[in-house]
Amino acid sequence: MSLKAFHLVFIVASVLMMTGFSVWGGARWRETGDIVDLCLSVLGGLAAAGLVMYGRYFLKKLKHISYL
Amino acid sequence: MEIPYTDKARPDTGLYNAKVGIWLFLASEIMLFGALFSSYILLRVGAATGVWPAVKLAWPHHLLNVPIGTFNTAVLITSSVTVVMAWASLKMNNFRRFRMFMVMTIACAIAFLGIKSYEYNEKFTHYELRLKDGKAMTGHLEVNGKHPGFWSSADLWNLPRLTSSNITEVKFVADPMVGHEGHGGHEEMTVKVDEITHLDAFIPRNHTFFAIYFTITALHGFHVLGGALVLAYFAFPGSGMWKTNPEQFTNRIEIGGLFWHFVDLVWIFLFPVVYLL
Repeated sequence: MSLKAFHLVFIVASVLMMTGFSVWGGARWRETGDIVDLCLSVLGGLAAAGLVMYGRYFLKKLKHISYL
Repeated sequence: MEIPYTDKARPDTGLYNAKVGIWLFLASEIMLFGALFSSYILLRVGAATGVWPAVKLAWPHHLLNVPIGTFNTAVLITSSVTVVMAWASLKMNNFRRFRMFMVMTIACAIAFLGIKSYEYNEKFTHYELRLKDGKAMTGHLEVNGKHPGFWSSADLWNLPRLTSSNITEVKFVADPMVGHEGHGGHEEMTVKVDEITHLDAFIPRNHTFFAIYFTITALHGFHVLGGALVLAYFAFPGSGMWKTNPEQFTNRIEIGGLFWHFVDLVWIFLFPVVYLL
């Protein structure tokens, strides 16, 4: 597996983690009403969306490099 | 004698030597971190129910600073992007861009370790206090007008040390009670040493949580440090190979990048497990 393929695995894992983090922050905000938890939830969601967009850009930019 | 397949891939496997080597090494690393993760989860699941410190053996979750941990996660994700961009720059024959991205990666590593040190300092200067009347609390300690620090072990206090130093009372700034509604203020109090049954900082010997937390995060921190040193070598003193054998140099950067991604991936699992659960 090349660095390109491993980077994609890493980005997918990061997107999943950030999505989960966003859900966690939202659930905690409903529980505590703390604005910090809401901010963390929104930031997690934005980071997940940003990483998806970056992943698409990365695939386009490095399409000539092998996955092996 | 020339070693084959250092820059060109072996026709039957499609891989050059170092790539096989790094994946074998990473397999052993997965076993190492996997064992520690399993230990953490089993200890977490097996902990007593209730709110720590009121229940002594309960799990002290939500003790870590989530915003700081989130920022450190963002720093590591950024460093993965910059290290892969450094490798892609070499593939596109652009050494200047490679060096710029490598410097950014190393800066991210330094930032991560700096923030982690700050978090460690927070834990080493935070105390758990239990009194004879059954009260239990966490907070900051002041002995002889001085707050204990992080870098000097002489500043770490516990009950036997207070007694042997003939200290009769200490000041304690208690945190707002955990598990209670609202966010009360910090309560400052003077505590007589003969009323104390237990006093210790948030250090590995104090609680199973701290033992496993410091073991995993310190091991991960050493991996970050080691990876950053190797990448710094490739970016500066070791970069001469770019002129003599650019293909092998690019392969070396890919190997360094694979290790760096592994270290970052460990954190992607570590952050939710340790900070959020």
